[in-house]
Amino acid sequence: MSAVLPAVPLAAPTRFLSPKRWFGVLAALLAVVVVAPLLNLVVPEGSVLHMSDYAVALVGKIMCYAICALAMDLIWGYTGILSLGHGVFFALGGYAMGMYLMRQIGTDGQYKSEMPDFMVFLNWKEYPWHWVVSDSFVAQMLLVVLVPGLLAFLFGFFAFRSRIKGVYFSIITQAMTFAAMLLFFRNETGFGGNNGFTDFKRILGITIATPPMRMFLFVLTGLTLIGFYLLARWLVASKFGRVLQAIRDAESRVMFTGYDPIRYKLTIWVISAVMCGIAGALYVPQVGIINPSEMSPAASIEMAIWAAVGGRGTLVGPIVGAFFVNGGKSLFTQYFPEFWLYFLGALFIAVTLFLPHGIVGLLRRTKQGTRA
Amino acid sequence: MTPELMKAGAKTREEHAKVVARQQAVSGVASYGRLVTGELDLTHGAILYLDDITVSFDGFKALNALSLSISAGELRCIIGPNGAGKTTMMDVITGKTRPDAGKAFFGSTIDLLRLRENDIASIGIGRKFQKPTVFEHLTVFENLELALKADRGVRASMFFRLNSAQLDRIGAMLALIHLKDSAQRVAGLLSHGQKQWLEIGMLLMQDPKLLLLDEPVAGMTDEETERTAELFLSLEGNHSLVVVEHDMKFIDALTRGNAAKKVTVLHEGSVLAEGSLADVQANEKVVEVYLGR
Repeated sequence: MSAVLPAVPLAAPTRFLSPKRWFGVLAALLAVVVVAPLLNLVVPEGSVLHMSDYAVALVGKIMCYAICALAMDLIWGYTGILSLGHGVFFALGGYAMGMYLMRQIGTDGQYKSEMPDFMVFLNWKEYPWHWVVSDSFVAQMLLVVLVPGLLAFLFGFFAFRSRIKGVYFSIITQAMTFAAMLLFFRNETGFGGNNGFTDFKRILGITIATPPMRMFLFVLTGLTLIGFYLLARWLVASKFGRVLQAIRDAESRVMFTGYDPIRYKLTIWVISAVMCGIAGALYVPQVGIINPSEMSPAASIEMAIWAAVGGRGTLVGPIVGAFFVNGGKSLFTQYFPEFWLYFLGALFIAVTLFLPHGIVGLLRRTKQGTRA
Repeated sequence: MTPELMKAGAKTREEHAKVVARQQAVSGVASYGRLVTGELDLTHGAILYLDDITVSFDGFKALNALSLSISAGELRCIIGPNGAGKTTMMDVITGKTRPDAGKAFFGSTIDLLRLRENDIASIGIGRKFQKPTVFEHLTVFENLELALKADRGVRASMFFRLNSAQLDRIGAMLALIHLKDSAQRVAGLLSHGQKQWLEIGMLLMQDPKLLLLDEPVAGMTDEETERTAELFLSLEGNHSLVVVEHDMKFIDALTRGNAAKKVTVLHEGSVLAEGSLADVQANEKVVEVYLGR
């Protein structure tokens, strides 16, 4: 009997990237590395094709957000853990970068002192302990990774070990970012209080506010985003990624199959937090400010909205969502500033009600519809 | 029993033995992941030994000084009215619930009460839930792949690749559980009975020494139930099985023609009666518990 039956193709080998995805990645690379710099730096101002410095800053900022949305997708879309506190990791990465940038100001600040203005204002004579390595670029870049990573590890270790799940987990992540915000608001904490850090001048001794330097940061952010996308794709395509989805579907089954879900959840949680931290570090020099409002609960909730609008569990969806929502935000706040929040709320409701799989889900469905 | 099924089962086991032997030859150790609390010691004949286990929830004793011993290779059926403590007993064995008192040993050396769920699964105790629990968004193939015995570590699964022996093993399992044509279907789309089979298949992929099966035929058609009974009987001997079931027809099929096969009746958290199905059914206390109020 079995000789008659055609052999069932068993394993559809999970490919890391389909040809279509490779094409998308290459197109994105081309856009970031070649097209954008050409349009901004080479094409003369006034030409229709010229990309304004404003656009470079805006897209650069949104790409940072897109990294956060991608990180949200790994933890929420694939593992089923909704974090409403990822803003804290973003802000910690940003602050680690900001400390270095503050030291780079040197004596160009308002008080013409070696120390950052806010410290002079507080009448501090020496740096607090956590500023010890702040003049070393390498050390601060390590902190960009280590601080969010360590916080995520400790928080995740205790939360996952105590088997805190679902909405309870979401609420304590909110509490975490809120607590961090209150802490950073205090002047005594040594992070500039509610003003945060701003007025950056240089990075590695090079002036930030020049078009080539801004373009360099833009390209770096774009490459990071693409790199993280590839990393996320690789993770998701591996058996590790399938265990994550299994945890989302039936955690007890995963446990009784012999996997330790705590290790898996902790790994992806830390990876996701570190991605946000790096996004924060790229964000600060481009936007020129970091303050505790990045840790506000609303900022973290927005990240979840980007992921939901774009389409959870698709990786590319949250990136699309970040661009869609933030692009919309900058348009809306320009033309109808008072209606933005209503629009955002309406958008979220509409997506929840009508687009459970987000924009990308809708596109895929219509495509299948036309094919059938 | 269908000879086809028996042959398939025997072949699977043979192939798997080869795979294990090969793996051991390569790595020198059994691939249990990180936990080794000592090899399973069956010299005393018992694979599972529960002694005086008591579990109480807010004063209610779900298990009351329960003692039970399962021999290696035995197929034991456990029956009992609702609330008798059958599921709680499985929770204790698999580490989901910690008892207030008592001892639980796997073989004669491994103390189950000191291990976590995933460790218990790794040392060879597989559990099927009452409600079929599969990974709904993964395909049938991927469900089996995850259950396949392999290193359970995070890094190992990031770099995991199926080799051809493992692929064959999954293929053989797909045939055994009659899901070959559904290999690439998402598990959430399977019928209730197919999900039960898939879950059983996932258990067998782990090659457990002891299988705990909580109402494995609930929601199955008569034909599926019969096939399940055949499958379990073919596993007996190489594996030890504990089957909790309400369906007396199924129990009858499992103990058919063998008066030596024991059935245990649980009631209010402890063993009410133990013996062959006929003995148990004739037992007055059992009749009272089931029928008389």
